[in-house]
Amino acid sequence: MTRLMKYFSEGRTSGKHTLPFVVILLGVTILASAANLFLPADSALYVSTYTITLLGKYLCYAMLALAVDIIWGYCGILSLGHGAFFALGGYAMGMYLMRQIGDRGVYGNPLLPDFMVFLDWKELPWFWLGMDQFWFAMLMAVLVPGVLAFVFGWLAFRSRVTGVYLSIMTQALTYALLLAFFRNEMGFGGNNGLTDFKEILGFNLQADSTRVALFLITAILLAVIFVVSQKILSSRLGKVVLAIRDSESRSRFIGYRTDRYKVWLFVYSAVIAGIAGALYVPQVGIINPGEFSPINSIEMVIWVAVGGRGTLIGAVIGALLVNYAKTRFTAIMPDAWLFALGAMFVLVTLYLPKGLMGLYGQLKAKRNTVMNKEPQA
Amino acid sequence: MKIKTLTSAIVLSGATLIALPSLAAETIKVGVLHSLSGTMAISETTLKDTVLMMVDDQNKKGGLLGKKLEAIVVDPASNWPLFAEKGRELLTKDKVDVIFGSWTSVSRKSVLPVLEELNGLMFYPVQYEGEESSKNVFYTGAAPNQQAIPAVDYLMNDLGVERFVLAGTDYVYPRTTNKILEAYLKAKGVAAKDIMINYTPFGHSDWQSIVSDVKKFGSEGKKTAVVSTINGDANIPFYKELGNQGISAEDIPVVAFSVGEEELSGLDTKPLVGHLAAWNYFQSVETPENEAFIKAWKAYTKNPKRVTNDPMEATYIGFKMWANAVTQAGTTDVDAVEQAMIGQKTPNLTGGIAVMNKNHHLSKPVLIGEIQDNGQFEVVWETDGVVAGDAWSDFLPGSKDLISDWTAPIKCGNYNTKTKTCSGQNY
Amino acid sequence: MALCCCLFGLFSLPSFAVESTSLDPLLADLVDAKISKMVPILDKIEKASDETVLPLFRTLLNGDLYYIKSTKQVVGQFDTNGETLYKDVFTGQAHPALTKRDVKKIRVNNTLRGYLRNAIARIQLTSKNSSVRESAVRELLSKLDDDTVDILERLYPHETNKKVKQAMGLALAMNTASQTQLAVSNRIAAIDTLADSLENDVRNLLTTLSNDENPAIQEASKAALDTIAQRANRFAFVDQLFFGLSLGSVLLLASIGLAITFGVMGVINMAHGEMIMLGAYTTYVVQLIMPNYIDYSIWVAIPAAFLVSGLMGVLIERLVIRHLHGRPLETLLATFGISLILQQLVRTIFSPLNRQVSTPSWMSGSWEINPVLSLTLNRLYILAFALLVFIALVIILKKTSLGLNVRAVSQNRNMAKAMGVKTNWVDAMTFGLGSGIAGIAGVALSQLTNVGPNLGQAYIIDSFMVVVFGGVGNLLGTLVAAFTLGIATKFLEPTTGAVLAAILVLVFIILFIQKRPKGLFPQKGRAAE
Repeated sequence: MTRLMKYFSEGRTSGKHTLPFVVILLGVTILASAANLFLPADSALYVSTYTITLLGKYLCYAMLALAVDIIWGYCGILSLGHGAFFALGGYAMGMYLMRQIGDRGVYGNPLLPDFMVFLDWKELPWFWLGMDQFWFAMLMAVLVPGVLAFVFGWLAFRSRVTGVYLSIMTQALTYALLLAFFRNEMGFGGNNGLTDFKEILGFNLQADSTRVALFLITAILLAVIFVVSQKILSSRLGKVVLAIRDSESRSRFIGYRTDRYKVWLFVYSAVIAGIAGALYVPQVGIINPGEFSPINSIEMVIWVAVGGRGTLIGAVIGALLVNYAKTRFTAIMPDAWLFALGAMFVLVTLYLPKGLMGLYGQLKAKRNTVMNKEPQA
Repeated sequence: MKIKTLTSAIVLSGATLIALPSLAAETIKVGVLHSLSGTMAISETTLKDTVLMMVDDQNKKGGLLGKKLEAIVVDPASNWPLFAEKGRELLTKDKVDVIFGSWTSVSRKSVLPVLEELNGLMFYPVQYEGEESSKNVFYTGAAPNQQAIPAVDYLMNDLGVERFVLAGTDYVYPRTTNKILEAYLKAKGVAAKDIMINYTPFGHSDWQSIVSDVKKFGSEGKKTAVVSTINGDANIPFYKELGNQGISAEDIPVVAFSVGEEELSGLDTKPLVGHLAAWNYFQSVETPENEAFIKAWKAYTKNPKRVTNDPMEATYIGFKMWANAVTQAGTTDVDAVEQAMIGQKTPNLTGGIAVMNKNHHLSKPVLIGEIQDNGQFEVVWETDGVVAGDAWSDFLPGSKDLISDWTAPIKCGNYNTKTKTCSGQNY
Repeated sequence: MALCCCLFGLFSLPSFAVESTSLDPLLADLVDAKISKMVPILDKIEKASDETVLPLFRTLLNGDLYYIKSTKQVVGQFDTNGETLYKDVFTGQAHPALTKRDVKKIRVNNTLRGYLRNAIARIQLTSKNSSVRESAVRELLSKLDDDTVDILERLYPHETNKKVKQAMGLALAMNTASQTQLAVSNRIAAIDTLADSLENDVRNLLTTLSNDENPAIQEASKAALDTIAQRANRFAFVDQLFFGLSLGSVLLLASIGLAITFGVMGVINMAHGEMIMLGAYTTYVVQLIMPNYIDYSIWVAIPAAFLVSGLMGVLIERLVIRHLHGRPLETLLATFGISLILQQLVRTIFSPLNRQVSTPSWMSGSWEINPVLSLTLNRLYILAFALLVFIALVIILKKTSLGLNVRAVSQNRNMAKAMGVKTNWVDAMTFGLGSGIAGIAGVALSQLTNVGPNLGQAYIIDSFMVVVFGGVGNLLGTLVAAFTLGIATKFLEPTTGAVLAAILVLVFIILFIQKRPKGLFPQKGRAAE
């Protein structure tokens, strides 16, 4: 009972973070964008396009971390295959961008992407049809990960595959997709993937304004998803989800169809990952099977662990922090950055079991006790 | 009062920030974009060291244009999108004047849009599938016609090979090379049933079935050879399996395009003696330039056993040419250097002169070597003169009519000689 | 090989004076000749001499034949204990004054090597050793020219050894079958005897003959081919089964350590692959320390790798995993960090390049059962080794007190603790054992694949699949799963290709786990929950 109370109060505290988070996120984003667009390049406060693109990428990762946290932190399903949903969303966007190149590819073929021309393909495979329409491609970016998650979740949760078995199965899923997308016969460009994009909805992808716009859209969507997820998780449904995390069999005996809750939460999470992937691709300029690699999916889990699972804000902070550290480390000490990263993972798991948010909570609790004690003294 | 000091502090710090880049511009910056971790580290760290050695060497000679060179190394960690990001970092944050980097095609394709957008300059030192020519990239490795086609010619003419196994890792370089070779072999009258094509995933380690298939394919009477575009880590288990299943070079020679001295240094080559490789460079070629280069490399790495290889020579030639072009242009400005690059001549390490052509590819000699028991190659055949690198293959239907010419008046990487149009340019 | 050449040199001493003088002008020609003009000269040398020329041909075949620049005299290069020596190939007389600068190599290429092998075989037809004679005959089957047939016909009646005689008979039958001027009945009789043989050259000959002008010959050849194909298919099946078992044994070795740490302790050890890698690097270091005893190095490397990886495992358990007790999913994160550190550590110490691990001579080559079926020795040994490790592990867990404690802790930790089992100690030992076995797997894998920083990464996912498919916490399940997956992959591969086979196997595992959520052999009882 006390545990339940704790979760209720936890839910409230994390809800408390929503408004400041949204304000800070959007504030920083808008300021950075303005600094990029309106300040001269030699100004001290100028934010370079490099930084904007980098931040945009981080935000996509943050969204992905949110997706992982929703099912792992709140429902206890450790997915080691979220990279698959992310990459599928990315591929849908990539296919759209590929079709937008039109006859400006190196071979000047109006219909076929370059890699098909040089592998001597004669016509567009069926799954490329319709991808030249933005709305259709975006629908696919959401639908394909969603449907895959539904089928996988429906099979797995109904037959009560849990714990490490489920984790390893999600890993198998993304690994199988990795191998499949590597195959050139699949028609997704093999190892090279999709690249050399020109424009999105008629806007030049290389222009600063497009980059800033993409960055802004990512930030806004992240804020929206954050708020919506917060609402869902603090609703009645969210309580059931937490109950499932803490004791699935008890929840089932009480009468909840736990598998349905899990399936839908899994689908919701996969859709978010798909959206993150779709936003990621135009900003980094390439999508290839490497995104499916199981190591990537493990890294996502680590972002969440570092930030603190079970709190949405923790997932976001973790993703931003780990990726920033990675960028810095690879530049400062290219030969030894893996030591630093590895050590960081070990230390965080050992000393910060609840991640940075847990640390924050501990510090605050300490301060509270100190403050509570003072009047007594 | 307080506000005044604050503003002045801000202005001051702003001024220092602005002043910093101009201070740093005293050196010429050379970006190095090679993976130092992840799967490609095995090949790419060597090239990073080569560039660093060349920079050192140039600085000992007094630098360029009166300035010292400064190498800036980043690690794209074998992660392809990271190549684009790190490329952008080098060009916008570090403001490098030139980049030496990339190994895999996908990493080059990833960084390419960034180079074209920011008008950077990159030297790409690895053999590749061709079908590309960018204003901002110089390709110092071999195109398919500088490696694959001479090798197949050698197999047919000198060894009397009639059946071919085209074995490769499933990615774009083997796919394209094999497409070109298939068309070429068929044009030479080899029947379709005498060509076996096989693709395996990256890092494939269990070669039992495939090697046994090759053995079967090769035992049907006609002289058979394997043309291998197997990449990286997969080679060692492949060769080990060949040795163990008793396929000797006299029965079924394997000619490889991705196996050089460095790959062999991780392998006991006794069972492999006689298998072949086609490159533009072998460490065993005896010329004064090569001897000096090998000596310098061993001294630089402080390892008397370190070997040299073809991509290192490509890096060497690229660096020399770039240094000459900068001197000639009198500036590191990309457009000026790009024009000055065309027509640059540098002695090859294997003798003769390499020339940078109008299509940003080199003219180089092609050598075929047999593996020796000491992990080196012995040259058994070489082209009479140099072969000009062909950006667009004549044996692919899509690129038959395309040429690349970066001099006026065409100034285009893919110019269709039939329709007289230039497509797919980003600059 | 050098030793062998020397011996030959010594044996041929008496006839040296005669031979060498008659060969001298030819040898001088050889030195001057271009590589493409060397075959006719070698032909003359072969005709002009007998068995005594073997050392010359052998040295040339090995690429060890040099000539002295000043005198154009040929010498062989020999390596004895790392020192290069030049000796006369016929007499074995050393030229101690010669250095690398005084001599030049006589180059050989594949054409020449092929010619030399045949020439050596022709000369060896009269060797005193019957197995040498037999392999010489078999070597010549693919190049049956008139000269060879003449020699064979001359030798056949006098041959006393049954096996050699059989091989010679086969060669002569092949010759008879292909001679169009001979009577049809003779040829058909020859073809019928060929039907018993599995040699490739026989099959190629029959394939040619099945397009013969004479319909009777055609028919006979086709019938013979059918008979051969039937037998060959049976052996091909055995071959494929062996491939599958071999892949299975690799999977078993890679995953069995994980079956302990993951299955028994519930630790998701992402650094398991790096434990394998450490074992492989230990093999490398051991070979570096004892370069002259490569054949025995494996026996040193196995315990050394067990200790290195095992101690590293104990270290990891004491420093990290101990603190994460009861939080299996978090061990995944920490050990992932450890795996990054270990990879980079190896990269820093040994460079990112692959390291060369030599195969002991007793492990290289293959066991040729017949011309269509030969099993590679290294894989055969690894298969046996994997089973041995498995049995040893089962014995440890079932028969020793450590095993009893391990099982007790894995079934009910608190109860075991209450009974006085030192769970801390047991945990460390279990993790050390699992890691140590991974190290042993590394020794085996160093014989098959690259020894580099990425070695572990290549096996970690497969290992997890095997353990989960077999059922966590069940060693027998791991064994069955490893061999099932190995054999399934190898039987799929010929029809689907390597990539699709791997995908299909993964999809199969995913679907199988839906059907049986706890793997092939689920743990039973309350401990499973």
